[in-house]
Amino acid sequence: MNNLQSLQYYYPEILLTLLILVSIIYDLFLDKSKSGRVGVVLIVGLVIIAFSILIQDEKVTSLFTNSVAKDPFSQFFKITIILATLIVSVLSLKNKELKIYRKGEYFTLLGIVTFGLFLMVSAIDLIMLYLSIEIVSIISFVLAGYLKQNTRSNEAALKYVVYGGFSSGIMLFGLSYIFGLTGSTNYFEVQQALSNLPSQSNTALIIAIIMMLAGFGYKISAVPFHFWTPDVYEGSPTTITAFLSVAPKAGAFAMMIRFFNQVLADGGAMQGLDNSSVAEIPWAQILSIMAIITMTLGNIVAIQQDSIKRMLAYSSVAHAGYMLLAMPVMSGESIYAIMIYLIMYLFMNLGAFSIVVLVKNKTGGESFEDFKGLGWEMPFVGAIMTLFMVSLTGLPPTAGFIGKFYIFASLIKGGEPFYYLVFIGAINSVISLYYYLKVVKVMYFSGEQNEVLKTPGIIMVTILLLTGLPTLFLGVYWVPLATWVQNSLIFFVQTI
Amino acid sequence: MENILSLIIWLPIVGIGIIAFIPRGKNDLIRIVSAITTGIQFLLTLVLWGDFDKSIGSMQFMERLDWIPSLNISYILGIDGLSLPMVILTGLLFFIAVFVSWSIEKAVKGYYALLLLLNVGVMGVFLSLDFFLFYVFWEVMLLPMYFLIGMWGGPQREYAAIKFFLYTLFGSVLMLIGVLGLYFTCGQTFDILELQQVAPTALNGVLWWGVSAIKIIWVLLFIGFAIKVPVFPFHTWLPLAHVEAPTAISVLLAGILLKLGVYGIIRVNYGLMPDGVYWFSGALAFLGLINVIWGGLCALAQTDLKKLVAYSSVNHMGYTLIGMAAVVAAGESNGLNLKAAQAGLGGAVFQMFNHGTISAMLFILVGVIYDRAHHRDIEGFGGLASQMPVYTGITAIAFFAGLGLPGLSGFVSEAMCFIGAFPVYKGIVIASTIGILLNAAYFLWAFQRVFFGKLNEKYTDIPEINKRELFTVVPLLIITLFFGIYPAPYLDAISSTMNVIIEHVVSLSTLASM
Repeated sequence: MNNLQSLQYYYPEILLTLLILVSIIYDLFLDKSKSGRVGVVLIVGLVIIAFSILIQDEKVTSLFTNSVAKDPFSQFFKITIILATLIVSVLSLKNKELKIYRKGEYFTLLGIVTFGLFLMVSAIDLIMLYLSIEIVSIISFVLAGYLKQNTRSNEAALKYVVYGGFSSGIMLFGLSYIFGLTGSTNYFEVQQALSNLPSQSNTALIIAIIMMLAGFGYKISAVPFHFWTPDVYEGSPTTITAFLSVAPKAGAFAMMIRFFNQVLADGGAMQGLDNSSVAEIPWAQILSIMAIITMTLGNIVAIQQDSIKRMLAYSSVAHAGYMLLAMPVMSGESIYAIMIYLIMYLFMNLGAFSIVVLVKNKTGGESFEDFKGLGWEMPFVGAIMTLFMVSLTGLPPTAGFIGKFYIFASLIKGGEPFYYLVFIGAINSVISLYYYLKVVKVMYFSGEQNEVLKTPGIIMVTILLLTGLPTLFLGVYWVPLATWVQNSLIFFVQTI
Repeated sequence: MENILSLIIWLPIVGIGIIAFIPRGKNDLIRIVSAITTGIQFLLTLVLWGDFDKSIGSMQFMERLDWIPSLNISYILGIDGLSLPMVILTGLLFFIAVFVSWSIEKAVKGYYALLLLLNVGVMGVFLSLDFFLFYVFWEVMLLPMYFLIGMWGGPQREYAAIKFFLYTLFGSVLMLIGVLGLYFTCGQTFDILELQQVAPTALNGVLWWGVSAIKIIWVLLFIGFAIKVPVFPFHTWLPLAHVEAPTAISVLLAGILLKLGVYGIIRVNYGLMPDGVYWFSGALAFLGLINVIWGGLCALAQTDLKKLVAYSSVNHMGYTLIGMAAVVAAGESNGLNLKAAQAGLGGAVFQMFNHGTISAMLFILVGVIYDRAHHRDIEGFGGLASQMPVYTGITAIAFFAGLGLPGLSGFVSEAMCFIGAFPVYKGIVIASTIGILLNAAYFLWAFQRVFFGKLNEKYTDIPEINKRELFTVVPLLIITLFFGIYPAPYLDAISSTMNVIIEHVVSLSTLASM
């Protein structure tokens, strides 16, 4: 479809662009103290855009001369990303760290990242893939360093730039290899060309894909491309940390699934990586090893943290590992499992970060010390935090368990070569229990019942309910979610 | 009543809802609401007993609802002779636990809410017949238990709580893998009754890594359950958790939670993998022997009264394992017969119940003395018999029940376990008599040190056991005496189901009658 015809299917993105422009212009007319209103505009706009995505038909087309896909798969991820951005935006209104800065740009930048993520989840062209990663990265650098007067925040931004520049450079180099091997940047043409690739080019292909993995791995913070994660997560404003731990990861998983599935695994036949067009190359093993190291390292380092924010940063590395665990199977079920996991993870992780923001607003810190006695002081917050921690561990009846359940089930279904991954994943969730429960322990086992209870503000309560209720209910009844995910996948999965 | 099982499971949730709305500080009201909730639940279990048809060995009062159709997960409940006594015991002990913990003053609201939540989990495990549901209830028990030990426990409570949680979660994740393995090899269903029919044949010949899948899944599930029982060498969490937990929680832990492990092995491992029973029963009996002797030796070495009782649980659960292993006798054609298997399995299930009442009694009695003396050091007492004659009398009976004196219920079930296992595992049964000696030794020696001899100066004005405490102990005492003299009602109620289980194992195993 040519560029002009494509526009009629592209109205969510057009609306988002308009929203960004409106935010910029509106911000010009606001005092610094009232600049938070831009956030309200963003929130309203995002809700409208979410509806505009939901009313789109399910027709599968490629837009802008085969560079962007419009399909239920990208719609699913767009909704996920909007959900994350919405929760983060509402939370940002209440984040005291941002108080001394203008907030107009902050919200505008959040809108632009969202746009970049939209491109990321729908890109079907190597150039578009790279551009979308760059949009997301560059804006994230700025957001990570938004607390200009805080040295940690500056450090975060700088580290992020260095690592980001380095890994996207490597990725671009890998892309150029693929272009050299196949003569095309379009996924489908690349796939065709790869299936006819002479076997002496395999070495070049392996090098190219491993270089691309550096880019993917950097975005989902998979080991060994995770080194930026803890420092950036710790230095950034907590709301941005929450955002980075969910939305770009969702986007990166979407593009990774698309790339591996459509380019390497038989052009989307979902027969598993073992049947890939370039079968001699052990993709499954490479991804498995990456997943194992990612979750194990994330979990073991998380145990030693004193700061809850940093602990959650490492735990998000571990969660990326759980999701990666299902990648090697590359079956309909495993993609399905990753998508379910992402939704569950979105609610519980954003919820946990919201409470970190709440505590930081109150005490100014985010270490375990600051959470002492929280369960006694604010019973509602303590109970919800316990729920998030239990869910992140993956105990029923919470959303986190259902996510893990689907991941493990897809591995067992995948067959004998993947059984050992289940064992490693299961042992890892036992390890993770230790540090998640440490939070529960400081909240309840120290401190005493106070006479005067503190209650969080109405917006905070709303956010906690918005994240807490799904965390509980999706653990008990998730049929609607499962149906939605299935419908989003159905077009490129023959059997599910 | 149509949905009596659902009512029994979910009733405590109503209690939690009411407690949530009681303002803080009205502690007595919270206690009364909890007592009423558990009281009604206990009455319902008795109603269930009345309506239960003991001539039927299969499931009764079945309930079935679709839950997650795409994964074939359903809400299925049912009760048979295996779960009925456990459900009644659960109802009784939770009711008693409310009164045992009456003197707790710290965060009463949270305490009783968690106690009721624990109740939901336990009842759910005993009554659910869908593996997914079973697993959910199994895990629901963990968090309340963690809090109950960690917040209301003794000095080392935090360590004990996390150790308990880590151990049991380790077991549960292995169980989850086993469950998923069963799901995908046996036609994608979680329905336990259906799996009981399908699994024995579907698993036949399936190899994982060149090893029979039956063995792998059996071991995965067994470890999950064995940690709860606890079977040596997975028992190390138990003494610690028992010692640190508040009295009522120790009562529930020993009385009910340990039974969940044995229940799971019989319901799931025996029901789904009859071949595994034949493969593993020797090991099971041997582990039982180790439990008996190791538990006995450890108990003998304790100076802390509560720890002694905790190790006596390890010792007593060993008899259950030996009894369960006897099921294989039924399949052997060389003159051995069904009777041995019936005695063994029946004895094991009876022992579960008896240990539930006896250990509950022992923990309550230890709690009574601890509330007065604020320590549990066996050497630190002496001559209490003269000061607390009633307490001494009750403790004497409880200790005698614990050591298996004829005329008390513990003797009947232990004897049944041995009679059942003797034809198949002669050596193990003979060796485990050492355990019986140890058992008698540690109880009698402890009794002598606490109650006889010269009265310790400090305790000249120690108060006698009070009415509330008597109210919690006496029902258990009566049950122990009654079943010791006349065990028939219990054995009648379970016998049809025991026959069904034995028949199932023998008829579906390819290894039987060799």
